[in-house]
Amino acid sequence: MAHVTLSHFLVVGGLLFALGLFTVLTRRNAVAVLMGVELLLNAANVNLVAFNHYVVGGLAGQVFTLFVIVLAAAEAAVGLAIVLSIFHTFKTIDVRAADLMRE
Amino acid sequence: MEHALNELGPIAVHKVSYLWLIPLFPAVGAFINSLFGVRIQRAIGKQAVHVIAIAMMALSFAVAARAFLEMVSLAPDERFLQQTLWNMVSAGRLSFDLAFALDPLSMMMVLIITFIGTLIHVFSIGYMAEEPSYWRFFAYLNLFVFAMLLLVMGDNFAVMFFGWEGVGLASYLLISFWYTDIEKAKAGMKAFVVNRFGDFGFILGLFLLFWSLGGVWEQRADVRSLSYQPEIGERAVPEARNPFLAVGPKVAEVHEHQVRIGPTLNFRELRDQVVIEGTGVAEHLKHQVVWGFALMAVVGILMFVGAMGKSAQLPLYVWLPDAMAGPTPVSALIHAATMVTAGVYMVARLSYLYALSPTAMGWVATIGILTAFFAATIGFFQYDIKKVLAYSTVSQLGFMFVGVGVGAYWAGSYHLLTHAFFKACLFLGSGSVILGCHHEQDMRQMGGLKKHMPVTAWTYLIACWAIAGFPWAAGFYSKDEILWKAFTARDLAFLGHSAPWLGPAIFVLGILAATGTSFYMFRSYYMTFTGTYRGGAGHAEEHDEDPHSAHAAPHHVTAAHPHDNVDPIAGHGAHGKDDHGHGHGHHGATPHESPLSITAVLAVLAAGSVLAGLLGIPALWTGHEPLLERWLAPSLPAEVHFEEFPHSTELLFQCLGFAAATIGWFFARLLFKDGKSAVPAQLKKNFFGAWTVVYNKYYVDEAYHAVVVRPSLFLARFLFWFDQHVLDWMVNFVGWLGRFVANVDGAIDKYIVDGAVNAVAGLTGEAGRALRRIETGRITTYLYGLTLGSLLVVLFNFLFR
Repeated sequence: MAHVTLSHFLVVGGLLFALGLFTVLTRRNAVAVLMGVELLLNAANVNLVAFNHYVVGGLAGQVFTLFVIVLAAAEAAVGLAIVLSIFHTFKTIDVRAADLMRE
Repeated sequence: MEHALNELGPIAVHKVSYLWLIPLFPAVGAFINSLFGVRIQRAIGKQAVHVIAIAMMALSFAVAARAFLEMVSLAPDERFLQQTLWNMVSAGRLSFDLAFALDPLSMMMVLIITFIGTLIHVFSIGYMAEEPSYWRFFAYLNLFVFAMLLLVMGDNFAVMFFGWEGVGLASYLLISFWYTDIEKAKAGMKAFVVNRFGDFGFILGLFLLFWSLGGVWEQRADVRSLSYQPEIGERAVPEARNPFLAVGPKVAEVHEHQVRIGPTLNFRELRDQVVIEGTGVAEHLKHQVVWGFALMAVVGILMFVGAMGKSAQLPLYVWLPDAMAGPTPVSALIHAATMVTAGVYMVARLSYLYALSPTAMGWVATIGILTAFFAATIGFFQYDIKKVLAYSTVSQLGFMFVGVGVGAYWAGSYHLLTHAFFKACLFLGSGSVILGCHHEQDMRQMGGLKKHMPVTAWTYLIACWAIAGFPWAAGFYSKDEILWKAFTARDLAFLGHSAPWLGPAIFVLGILAATGTSFYMFRSYYMTFTGTYRGGAGHAEEHDEDPHSAHAAPHHVTAAHPHDNVDPIAGHGAHGKDDHGHGHGHHGATPHESPLSITAVLAVLAAGSVLAGLLGIPALWTGHEPLLERWLAPSLPAEVHFEEFPHSTELLFQCLGFAAATIGWFFARLLFKDGKSAVPAQLKKNFFGAWTVVYNKYYVDEAYHAVVVRPSLFLARFLFWFDQHVLDWMVNFVGWLGRFVANVDGAIDKYIVDGAVNAVAGLTGEAGRALRRIETGRITTYLYGLTLGSLLVVLFNFLFR
């Protein structure tokens, strides 16, 4: 088994980020967009943990990651509430429909 | 010199607090009637208007009488009431107050003005009863009295000059009272313009006097200064109390009083420094020479030019006969009793200055006697009753100037007083006649009025006695005194040369003028009141040979065309010809006596014309000097020398005066009594050339027209042309230039400045239009942008580290 290095983690983080970004940018379903956001946040989490382990040491990165997870939970709650509200308004959760700011 | 002081000291001033009320009341009356008169007249009626005006006059007279009583209670030398209201101007060495003063001379004037003024206001009730703008008439009359009171009560030249101009204004307004008649409007304008000539001389004289008293503003090396330092040596103490004398203060202490020396406009200060010998001012003024002429002569003559205008002396008398266009009460009040005597008052007021210059005195007396004689001859042949009286006024004013000119200041002032009574009576009598004859002024259309208007006839006759100089009426005493003083005067000079012959020459002309006066006054009496009434009968032969029908100068129209219905009064719109009872069309109607308000006034004035004689009974008869002379003495401090003659000579001269009056009366009676004599017509036929010249007033108006009016008009037209073609061209050019520059500037503004602004705006707009497409409002688009931006940042970071 090959030795696992920082680069492996970074590649995983980068892939996760790319997938998340791709999801956010391409999906029309608001719930899917929120999922993409989760991926983005977790990509950042991987990076935090990995840098903490290989570069800094200590626990600061892990603690940050925990905060981000909590934050993600809260964000998911708020985000879903917004999606619900959008659905109420537009009778759809297609993000393209919510373009009132254009006016 | 120090101890050779004249007995005269400075005037003791009694400050009183009510003098301002005297001019105030008429001013209030004028104010009320001018602002609210039309409404009062409409709401309450004409009574309210004249009640206001007359009440104000009566109040004014009451205050004047109160002042008179106070003055009588003072010692003769202390009769000087004064009140300062406030300082009007204080600039450099010039300072004057709004202040009033009454000394015996101005007291006499104030009593005349308020008393006769009140009477004439009462007369106007009846005379102006048909007048629609009744309120305007009374407002003007009150305004006139206000100005006249300022004139005589002013404590300094400035207040006097306000009055001087104010009466000119009131006179103008009242002469052109019926302004819709162009001839009357013209007459008013003529009076005003001629008076301006005189006022200009007066102002110049005043400036020169102020200057000569040391009022030099600034010393300059290249100008020889006339300021002086009187030799008063140790008595000079610095004067700090008076700010306008701060430069070069000079004070002489005489007795316990202080006399200020220096430029002043105040009559009292002027009098004190001139009259009190210790100051040396009189000597200084006497010997001062300006441009080669004696200074006091120039000052006196220039100031007299003002009097010539105001008091209608040669050659500026021409406005007074035309001023008869005004309503008759105006002629009586302004153009006979008060305003025209302002010049006489001024000379008497400045007697101490005139006494310094025999030349100025001689000038005043000469002009006076020439006017008296000249105007009397014109009076012979006038047919308009008011014109006769106008020329007689000019003539009598000449007599007054003879009086004040030869140094008999009290006699001149006395004649002013008696003349105020008898001439007011004559004018009002003529007014009554004009009213009774339905606005007819031509004496050829009158006659026999004694039957119809007994009161008017009697009062007119009494006034005729007075003016002709019969010893049972007032005029004799004043005129006789003037002529006697003229004969004995020895201080006169003619244009710088001593002229002892001048006095007797004046006397001879004066006696001739007095004879003439008696003649034309009784002529007017006999033509008007005796014989049979000729109204409406017509005198075709008179009319045909009347030189005026060919000659018709505009203001002669009244006399020249008695049948043309162009009578200035009847022709006026206010006196509609046919729509009221006194219309001009009713020529044949019998004349009627005037209402009580008119006859009562006439009676009072006639009584005054007789009783005023008591004030001037000559010393020769009673042994002590006349009442009025004693009364006026403190005001007239001038020292003038008269030659002494034995009593018998004086008595002889009085007889000469009486004889002159009698001769004039005799010939008038012979020729004009009852209109029966054919001699006047015969004489006229024989001397038609001379008659024409005199009847046309020696063509003076025409001469004026040629010498003054036409060149003025020519000049005015030339200036108009110059204005139109040269000045306007310049103005237009500047305007065109301005427009040109403005156009260029406008183009720059439009195309360059505005272009830049618009370009910026357009650019911004275009950019906005282009950029709005990327604002889709979709969250995804923004995320793409965000991602792309982040990638670019990373890329840059990577490439250009």
